[in-house]
Amino acid sequence: MNAIIVVCRKEITDNFRDRRTMLSTLAFGPLFAPLMFIVMIQVMVNQTVSSAEERLSVPIVGIEAAENLEAFLAARRIDAHLDHEVTDLDSAATAVASGKHSYAVIIEDSFADDLDSDRPARITIVFDRSDTRSTDRAQRVQSVLTTYSEQIGGLRLLARGVSPIVMRPIIVDGYDVSTPTGRSALVLGILTYFLLFAVLMGGMYLAIDTTAGERERNSLEPLLTTPVSRTSLLLGKVSATVIFMLVSLMLTLIGFSLVLPNLPLDELGMSSGFTSVTAIYAFCLLAPFALLGAFLMTLVASFTKSYKEAQTWLGLLLIVPTLPVALATMLDVEPTQTLMWVPSMSQHLLIITFVKQNSIEPLMLAQSVISTLLYATLLSFVTIKFYKREALLG
Amino acid sequence: MIEVTALGKHFGKVRALDGLSFEAAPGRITGLVGPNGAGKSTCLRILSTVMNADSGRATINGIDTSADPLAVRRLLGVLPHGAGLYLQLTAIENIRYYGELHGVASGLLDTTIKELVERLDLGKIADRRAKGFSQGERTKVALARALVNKPDYLLLDEPTSGLDVMATRDLRQWLTELKRQGCCILLSSHVMQEIAALADEIVIVAHGRLAAHGTPAELTLQYSQNDLEQVFVDAVSGTVP
Repeated sequence: MNAIIVVCRKEITDNFRDRRTMLSTLAFGPLFAPLMFIVMIQVMVNQTVSSAEERLSVPIVGIEAAENLEAFLAARRIDAHLDHEVTDLDSAATAVASGKHSYAVIIEDSFADDLDSDRPARITIVFDRSDTRSTDRAQRVQSVLTTYSEQIGGLRLLARGVSPIVMRPIIVDGYDVSTPTGRSALVLGILTYFLLFAVLMGGMYLAIDTTAGERERNSLEPLLTTPVSRTSLLLGKVSATVIFMLVSLMLTLIGFSLVLPNLPLDELGMSSGFTSVTAIYAFCLLAPFALLGAFLMTLVASFTKSYKEAQTWLGLLLIVPTLPVALATMLDVEPTQTLMWVPSMSQHLLIITFVKQNSIEPLMLAQSVISTLLYATLLSFVTIKFYKREALLG
Repeated sequence: MIEVTALGKHFGKVRALDGLSFEAAPGRITGLVGPNGAGKSTCLRILSTVMNADSGRATINGIDTSADPLAVRRLLGVLPHGAGLYLQLTAIENIRYYGELHGVASGLLDTTIKELVERLDLGKIADRRAKGFSQGERTKVALARALVNKPDYLLLDEPTSGLDVMATRDLRQWLTELKRQGCCILLSSHVMQEIAALADEIVIVAHGRLAAHGTPAELTLQYSQNDLEQVFVDAVSGTVP
């Protein structure tokens, strides 16, 4: 036990002085992750706000013949923009395809006559479906045009003594049950992704340094001749790795609890729901994951021949725990007892659930913690077994 | 006493040791010499318990290295090939770490480190990080580290490689001093001159087997050569004296 503490303390001192390790522990998680989050939120806010309220300026061919329509559009913040190069469907299609305009509207020459003589008048919207901005704006214009069309239709029916209501046999209403915090779960899903990353990054260089690095600078062989069992050496090294991971996680959580309440999340219709209680809860939930991650990284790094090779493999390993999270976010998975057996997925789901402030089942919490610890224990046996190989010396 | 009996070890198809036997007595410096790839390092690795032999036996102070490696390690000081210091730690911290791993009580450890710093003339670099050390300084610190548990047995793998003349002379002086204190020293080298200048007993190894064994005087007599280097060449090429 004493030897484990000696090894752990030495690894902490050693790595604390290493700039690369400190950068990945202190800079990546605690600084980079919240900063990136700020940028992401800002972009999202700008996009939502702009597509809903932005004053659009659109080339409308043939607007001269439709004064009423022009006024109707202008009242809904859509202005006709004069472009002499856009004169017909072909030139509009070219302008949109080339990206000069994100979309355009063509009013046919017969528009005014058709309207006067009760024939369907035709308007074409030119847009690019592969471009979300173009599609969004075209949709906005289309819905305004549809409203205009319905208004005229209603007036025509009234003129013939029929109530426009007969044209609306069914009224469809949407009823959105998502709470503001519930909606923020997507954003906070990305947050758990960052947290898992911060945990693994925090310990990555230690896991390499204590295995492949130790071998590369020839310090492993003399270390193995000290009267300390390899199991104790390994446990000392892994505890140092876990400590770095937990420090990285803690600092990242502090970073997020400082940043999140100041982000304009309410503009996205969300409230952050991230308090210091959430941070403490997330820390406790992710702590067993750090143990699992430390053993996994040490195991993989002890297979490799050099520092560089270890870096490559552990870089790939960083992605693995984020796959279940990505999957859960995309498929909008609900937490079930079976999923609590999937590490990283269970932590993700439980943090999300907590943020939504629905109740958390203590059983699921226990399952997540116990299963993760179980995997960590199993992995520790495998890692110790491999650390005892002769081939460890390379 | 270090006793190596019919030691065998292979890595895949390569036979590193093929029945090597020799002895090294306390209070003497035994030089393990042989061409590159003769099995010197493998032999030292088995003695320092980081590797197990396929066949044969190696004992230190009567303890089998594979049966009770921890007991063997308590008696050992090891200077492996390449000093293997922790570059972010200072000289003293490197030495202290090994003292703690050997379980040396902290009060005793302080005085031991003080003694070693004085004896190996480490004063100037004691509190500097190992990052910028010269090869000579690294070897010195690694030697101090190997001596921190006051070992009865000292194993050194190519200790003089990369050292300049002055550093080599210093090293020889320290080893001679340790020998006088009764330490059993086993060192390897592929340079006969190196061994000739230092060793009381010479063990010539070739192809994982013992090629010749004796004091420098015995060997020159046996091979009727004045030059130990010629003895080395003859012994390795299998010329029968």
